[in-house]
Parts: sequence; C-alpha cells; structure tokens
Amino acid sequence: MSPAAAFLRKLRAFASTGVALFSEYRAELFLWSLAGVIPLIMMGVWRQASATGAFPLDPTEFTRYFLAVFLVRQATIVWVIWDFEAHVVSGTLSPLLLQPSNPAFRFVVWHLTERLARAPFALAVLAIWLLLFPDAFFWPKLGDVCLAVLGIAASFATRFVIQYAFAMVGFWSERATSLEEVWFLVYVFLSGVIAPLDVYPDVVRTIAAFTPFPYFVYFPVQLLLGREENVLRGFVVLAVWWGLGYALYRVLWRKGLRHYSAMGA
Amino acid sequence: MPEAVIEVEALGKTYRTSVKQPGFRGTLRHYFRRQYREIEAVRSVSFRIARGEVVGFLGANGAGKTTTLKMLTGLVHPTSGRARVAGHEPFRREREFLERITLVMGNKQQLLWDLPALETLRINAAIYRLDEATAQARIAELSELLEIQDKLREPVRKLSLGERMKCELLAALLHRPEVLFLDEPTLGLDVNAQDSIRGFLREYNRRHRATIVLTSHYMADITALCERVLLIHRGALIYDGELRGILERFAPYREVELTLDAGVADEVLERFGEVASRKGRTTRLIVRREDVTRTLQQLLRELPVSDLAIKDPPIEQIVGRLFREGSLGEEGSAEPRTP
Repeated sequence: MSPAAAFLRKLRAFASTGVALFSEYRAELFLWSLAGVIPLIMMGVWRQASATGAFPLDPTEFTRYFLAVFLVRQATIVWVIWDFEAHVVSGTLSPLLLQPSNPAFRFVVWHLTERLARAPFALAVLAIWLLLFPDAFFWPKLGDVCLAVLGIAASFATRFVIQYAFAMVGFWSERATSLEEVWFLVYVFLSGVIAPLDVYPDVVRTIAAFTPFPYFVYFPVQLLLGREENVLRGFVVLAVWWGLGYALYRVLWRKGLRHYSAMGA
Repeated sequence: MPEAVIEVEALGKTYRTSVKQPGFRGTLRHYFRRQYREIEAVRSVSFRIARGEVVGFLGANGAGKTTTLKMLTGLVHPTSGRARVAGHEPFRREREFLERITLVMGNKQQLLWDLPALETLRINAAIYRLDEATAQARIAELSELLEIQDKLREPVRKLSLGERMKCELLAALLHRPEVLFLDEPTLGLDVNAQDSIRGFLREYNRRHRATIVLTSHYMADITALCERVLLIHRGALIYDGELRGILERFAPYREVELTLDAGVADEVLERFGEVASRKGRTTRLIVRREDVTRTLQQLLRELPVSDLAIKDPPIEQIVGRLFREGSLGEEGSAEPRTP
C-alpha cells in the first residue's frame, strides 16, 4: 500500500468513526451549539447601545457582525486539551502511544468531523436569529466567502496547534487545562467575541495586533463581511503563530514523552 | 539459547515522587518547600526471552512488574541499563517496532466505548496498513477463536467485562504482533471467561509462534500458560526459571498428611509441626524440609499412624504466601537462578 493510499485509508477510517461517534452524541452537540450563543447575547447589548450612542457600527452592522462571530466560533472551537488530559490522567494515552500513528491525527480528524455533525444545529440557531432580525440578512460576495473559509481554516489550525501544545503540559501536570482557561479569558476579551475591535481604544487594538487573538475571530469575521483591509497581514500573522505553536508542541512532545510514566496504570 | 526476541541487561527505573506530611502544616510546607523521594521501581534486571516462549511475571503489587513491561514496550524510559525487543530499542518507538508488539492492560481499554468494537478494528486496520481482505480475514479468524463473532456489532458499553476483554485482545492482535505484553489480561473476569482467554492465548502462541510476556495475580493464568516465570521482588529479579523450581527455592517446608487410628490432642500434634488442617482422623502438618526425615521417624514411633503421605505444598500457596508476606527473607536477596 503506497503511503498516500495508507494516509487516505486512515483518514477515511477516522472520519467515518468520528461521524459515528458524534452521531451518538447528538443531544450533547445541540447543547454545545446552544452554549455558543454568547455572541448573540452580546449582539442584543450592542444593538441597544448603538441605537442610543455614537458607535462605529449601526445596529444592523452589529447584528451581522455577531452572527458572523457565532458562525466563526462554531467552526473554530477546539477542545483537544480536555481530551488529551483525560487520556493522560486515566492512562488510556498508553495504548495510543503504542500505535504507529501520532495521536494528534485522530484528534484533528475528529475535530473536523465534529464540525460536520454540528453544522445542522449551528445553522438552525442562525436561521432562528435571522428570523428574529431579518434586517441583518445579506448575501456575502463569493470572493469574501472564499477568503473567510480560508481565514476560518487558518484560525482553526492555529487555535488547535496552540491548544495542543498546551495539552503537552499534561505530561507533567494533571491540570494542563488551567492554562487553557487563562488563555481563554484573554481570547474572549481580545478576539472580538464580546465586542468588535472597532469599539476598543487604539492602545488596546495596537497591543492586540501583536497577539494571535484578533486573528482567531475578528479577522475571519471581517473577511466574511468584506471589511478586512489587510488580508495578507492577517494570514501571515496566523502562519507565524501556527509555526510558533507547532515548534512548541514538538519540543514539549519530545520532552514530555520522556517524562511520561503512563500514570494511573 | 535460541534466538532471543527480548534481551534485557541491567535495566533499572527510578521514579521521583513528592512526599507530603499530613495536616495543615504539612500542606503549607508542601506548597512552599516540596520534598521529593526517589523510588527504585526496577533494579538492575537482566534476562533473555526466546521467540515463542510464554513467560510469566510474578510479584506482589508494586514489585516492578508493570514498570518493566512498560519499559519493554517503550512507554517508560529506563533510568539505567538497556533493552532490545524484536531487534529494536523500545523507547525509540519506531514504526517497525510498534508493528511487531502489542500491550494489553486489563484495566485500560483502547476500544471506543460508545461504538461497536468493529469501529475500533477498522481504525486499527487502517493504522497498521492492513488491506481490507487481510483485515476481514484476521477479524474472522480471531473472533472465531475468541467466540465473539456476534458481539462485534454491539456498542462496547453494552458488552460484559469478559466480552470486552476479548474484543480488546482482538483489537490488540489484529496486526498480528510477534511479541505480546499482557498486564493482568484476566483481571476481574469470571472463571469461564478466564479459561476461555487462556485457551485463546495458548492457541495464538501455537499458531503464530508469538512470544508472550504475562503478568497476572491469578496463579491459574501462570500455571496454565507459562513454562517459565520471572519472580520480581522490590524491583529486583530474584528468580528466573521453571515454575516448579519455585517450590524448591521458596518453599522450605513440606506437607505431611497422616491418618491416625485413634484421636490425638492438637497440642501433641503441634510438637511435630504446624497443624494446617484437621478433618476427622486426618491431619495436615507443615514441616520444615530439613526436619522431614526426623519428624517422620518420630511420628511413626510415638503416634498410632495408619497412613502417611508427603506432599509439596501447591504452587499457588507458596506464591500467595510470598505476595502476602511481601518479604522473602534471606532467599529474597539471592542471585537470580537461570534454568
């Protein structure tokens, strides 16, 4: 079997099993989709505020912005650190390490297949919101949609690799997820989930530009809305952070494996 | 010795673990000035295992059996010494090495809990690059041997413990490994399931000339499968040889079963040895090996003996005693004996 054929076979096997797994967790997926409506709640707040004060966006633009945030968040959610930590703590990482396949492969494929299983629920929530706010409906340009899809893919890849690098801390600590919790706090504030970066003071926006956070949500949202002015810079910054995350993962993976003592067995 | 599949030389593993005193002060101290202790889990262990051998690892809890298995599979990095398994250094975990070994742990599972075992088997077939026809043929062969053909399509969570372990074995053996490391494979199973798994392992070993290294607390697993045992005590290898050899080495006593013509008080019998049991006029006495001849002469001279037999104590009893006591006295410090 050629390496390419072997890779495709593995991809197919994991993808079909992933779909089977997430079909088993339909109710959970629906609840997760509902749990992602924070941007829609923020939308209500900002619509109200913009109707009474001077803001860079009008109520309809705020609505479109947060609906796009909701979509981007649904497509870029990453939870690999919890999975990895559970495997380390329970000792079930050991069987995975004894297979000739990097465990990262299954986590990536299962994250991607989860998107497929989640899509109907996410689109249903979006449809309900559009019925409530019909003024926000618009057809994005094909070029913007293509760029947004690329932006979402780059955002997911970068979020995944950084969180996976954090997950490697699980080799030393049983509470690696606390790192992600701190990271998530900053993410919520600087990524554009609770407010578009347009409404932040200049100094915060300048600082944020040096972090990966605005590129996780705000950047793909701007691409979808056709408002991004510096497309190339966004992709370059994501690529740099992806590279840093990947390098960190490789170093911690190698050192962690040495340290790992198959805890709990 | 024929071609060695496993070669271990002066292998050692030392863990560093934090120590905390009880109480609030202990907690504060632990928080600001953590103290560590080094634990020698495995101490300079050496042995060789030939292709096709079935070897049992015996030892009390914490003796170092599982740590040794993990070093041999590459999961734990040794602190000292060297190991070669199937021509590879385990900790490098090269693809060729991983394709030739497997580890089954009775208390850990690789099967996907909410899906039928067939889904895990499909994944494993893809990971080990088995083509569809080969994978199907092996699933058919192994599931028939394990008698679980009708269980592969049911969600794993609905299977009994025994059925789950059989599916685990199937998943672990799909790539037909040459070296099997089995850590308590019959843990918690009922007698029938244990027996069925032993039968399967025997047959797998016969068909594929696989090397099997097995740890188990059930002596029946060891006696049914292993011609050779390695006894590990406090991290050190204290015996390497045939199972029966343990009798001579670690059982410095024998059982004398005597039937008396008339009733004799316990106190009188205890003068000759430890009374293990009494049933009617039949008594089982435990007598030190070196005292057997003298005690027999005394018994025949002083008591109304109508029948008498001398037996070795059952191997289970000896090993159980070694595990319970957790100490082997002077024997425990002896050099390993090879067959």
